[in-house]
Amino acid sequence: MTLEIILFYILAFGGIITAIMVVTRRNPIVSALYLIANFFCLAGLYLTLHAQFIAIIQIFVYAGAIMVLFVFVIMLLNLGDIQRLKGRLSLKKIIAAGISFAVLMEVLYIIRMQTGSLTIDLAKAGSIGTVEAIGRALFTQFLFPFEVTSLLLIAAIVGAILLAKKKLD
Amino acid sequence: MVSLQSYLIVSAIMFMIGAVGVVTRRNVIIVFMSIELMLNSVNLTLVAFSAYFGDITGQILVFFVMALAAAEAAVGLAIIIALFRRKQTINLDQINIMKW
Repeated sequence: MTLEIILFYILAFGGIITAIMVVTRRNPIVSALYLIANFFCLAGLYLTLHAQFIAIIQIFVYAGAIMVLFVFVIMLLNLGDIQRLKGRLSLKKIIAAGISFAVLMEVLYIIRMQTGSLTIDLAKAGSIGTVEAIGRALFTQFLFPFEVTSLLLIAAIVGAILLAKKKLD
Repeated sequence: MVSLQSYLIVSAIMFMIGAVGVVTRRNVIIVFMSIELMLNSVNLTLVAFSAYFGDITGQILVFFVMALAAAEAAVGLAIIIALFRRKQTINLDQINIMKW
């Protein structure tokens, strides 16, 4: 057991447990906090894969920007003593969970069959995750998608303002 | 050395937890968070394969997925606010005007 493997297991179990907490908690604020913890676990997993840029962007964009938006909306809706969305265990939910579990088993089976003994050679992945490498690829090979992303973001800004306006006319 | 398989398994489990959240929870905001969870688990797969092949394309794709998730969260939360203003509820069972 090297340090690397121990770290992986800690982060992986942390990620899975916080993910379960996100979908099972009654209170949306508690879910949001667990989701932030989950994002940090994922950022750690990215670091174990030597993807430094993605890891830091994960914390900035997801844990920073997007989760602030979520918490802000929860606050804005001001549900008071949170409308009791009954969390009863109906037959529908059990069936849904059963089907999801079956699909999960199927996916795990395929992963096991196809990628049985492949290991990640971090020496090969060593320098591709740096800001320099990603920036170079982004502004040369992927310049057009990058510019299109700006169009997407401007459309999202306009759409969000329009939708959240008081009077929709 | 951690194998590629372990990353894929973690990612598959997290994706399925997110999917269960989407189909079982009735609170719109929590459904939204579950979608973010699913997007994130796919990102983990992409980064794992990127590291395995030593190819940068996977990480570039993760970058674009994050931009998309930000746009999606902004628009989706604006829709939730507009919906709440109109119907005074965020329970998905009561937002059924487009359901046959």
